[in-house]
Amino acid sequence: MSGLTLELLLLQIVTGVALGSVFVLLAIGLSLIFGMLTIVNFAHGAFYMVGAYMGVFLYGLTKNFWICLVLVPLAVGTIGLVVERFLVRPLYGRNIDDPLLLTFGLGYVFIESIRILFGLNGIPFSTPAGLRGAVDIGIGYFPLYRLFLIGATGMLVLGLWLFIEKTKFGLIIRAGARDPEILKVLGIDVSKIWLLVFGIGTGIAGLSGILAAPLQAVTPEMGIPVLAEAFVVTVVGGMGSLIGAVTAGLMVGIVVAMTSLFMPEMAKVSIFLLMALVLLVRPQGLFGRAGLMG
Amino acid sequence: MLKIANLSAWYGHSHILQGISLEVKRGEIVTLIGRNGAGKTTTLRSIMGLVPKRQGSVVFDGAEILSEPAHKRFHRGLAYVPEERRIVPGLSVLENLRLGIIGSASRSKENERIDVIAETFPRLKQRLTQEAITMSGGEQQMLAIARAMMAEPQMILLDEPSEGIMPILVDEMFELFRTMKAAGTTIMLVEQNVELALGISDRAYIMDQGEIVYHDTAAALLADKAMQERYCAV
Ligand SMILES: Nc1ncnc2c1ncn2[C@@H]1O[C@H](COP(=O)(O)OP(=O)(O)OP(=O)(O)O)[C@@H](O)[C@H]1O
Ligand SMILES: [Mg+2]
Repeated sequence: MSGLTLELLLLQIVTGVALGSVFVLLAIGLSLIFGMLTIVNFAHGAFYMVGAYMGVFLYGLTKNFWICLVLVPLAVGTIGLVVERFLVRPLYGRNIDDPLLLTFGLGYVFIESIRILFGLNGIPFSTPAGLRGAVDIGIGYFPLYRLFLIGATGMLVLGLWLFIEKTKFGLIIRAGARDPEILKVLGIDVSKIWLLVFGIGTGIAGLSGILAAPLQAVTPEMGIPVLAEAFVVTVVGGMGSLIGAVTAGLMVGIVVAMTSLFMPEMAKVSIFLLMALVLLVRPQGLFGRAGLMG
Repeated sequence: MLKIANLSAWYGHSHILQGISLEVKRGEIVTLIGRNGAGKTTTLRSIMGLVPKRQGSVVFDGAEILSEPAHKRFHRGLAYVPEERRIVPGLSVLENLRLGIIGSASRSKENERIDVIAETFPRLKQRLTQEAITMSGGEQQMLAIARAMMAEPQMILLDEPSEGIMPILVDEMFELFRTMKAAGTTIMLVEQNVELALGISDRAYIMDQGEIVYHDTAAALLADKAMQERYCAV
């Protein structure tokens, strides 16, 4: 540990925040869907993977990363809308295992379809021009793309928070997470709200996929480990809580970054240890039920 | 305004409403009374479209609504204040009120309606920013009624509004019902507070074991102590 300096430690923390940003994005979508529809979306990792491939495909067509950043969540969200409308909706009011099994199977259908369309091998996704290289952030040089990732996540979280707290639709979402029946009595077609929320949640999963693509190879299986991590984050933060997803996502990112530095062999296990620890102290997660999406 | 004929309703396999018929005319206050478990709440929920399995006829404002979902019934001008009030936790008084109009066609009149409602419900006016579930039971009941009135319904269904509320608020509330009637709102009231309810009603129905067993003018029933005791003793 002779080479360990304060700068290195701080840089590793920033690396953790960047890593955590992807977790935050994934957990937000998962948590939003759970908070409203009480459905645990096991296909969430697959939506993320589809987002990355959609990014590869649309980038090939447009050669413009920024356009892709807008189109990918729209396209993946649209797939989400179709899935909710025709596959998930018939299962409301049935056994809670049913949507779980459905989304679990659907995830594999997505993976298989992508294998058929794009092949088994990973596809590299190069860092977009303009976001390459590293910049001096005072404590050392840090990859520009990762800074961008942190900023983009921050903006999305802020936007979503404003949407949920300050708009009429957000008010309906907050109320619907607590009591869908009273919404019906007050003239609101709750099934439409659920449809939109599923679309938004999966759209954000798709966005995380394209955002994460330059950090790794795009493969059909890339969503599988990510799903487990997103679950950990959601459980640690508290199911259905936006602030919980953000806090826990950053925490998990930093823990992974730190253990990679000090005990690389523990990096994969550390987040599950963190989860066990949090659940022992607070079974409902850090912000669970404190106020859905609050 | 509302005409129910031969309405049956089920929860799972239990047959709760055994083919009831009743009518509420425009501008009336009609009270539905009966013992615990008689089926009063189930009747109101069926009128609102919240009981999944039902049969018979429910005509509101000239249209058959038996198979319409609840949110469409709201848009026809039917409002419902459930027994449990259903104030949404985590939301302020103002947000709960807004929920009463944002799903309606008159949502553009939101601010105007909030002002009117705040005048009608002075207790709420002072507490608009308070988290709604931290209010007293009576204040929450007032809020539930106010929320249902936000979109200016033609008819309102009220399930035991006076339950668990201090007497002074109950009087205030019943005074309010008179005002609502005078303003043209049709009211169907379920109450355990029989004398008070009959005092403001035009007519009344008595329910027992999922059937309507008696109906008359409120004045006649108010005078008929034997009838009241037979079906309404708790
Ligand atoms: N969700 C439900 N599932 C099954 N049975 C129900 C359900 N709700 C009510 N019941 C049954 O239906 C019958 C009528 O209940 P309902 O709530 O309509 O009575 P009520 O007249 O409103 O009684 P109370 O004065 O206690 O409010 C009761 O026997 C009750 O047990
Ligand atoms: Mg009842």
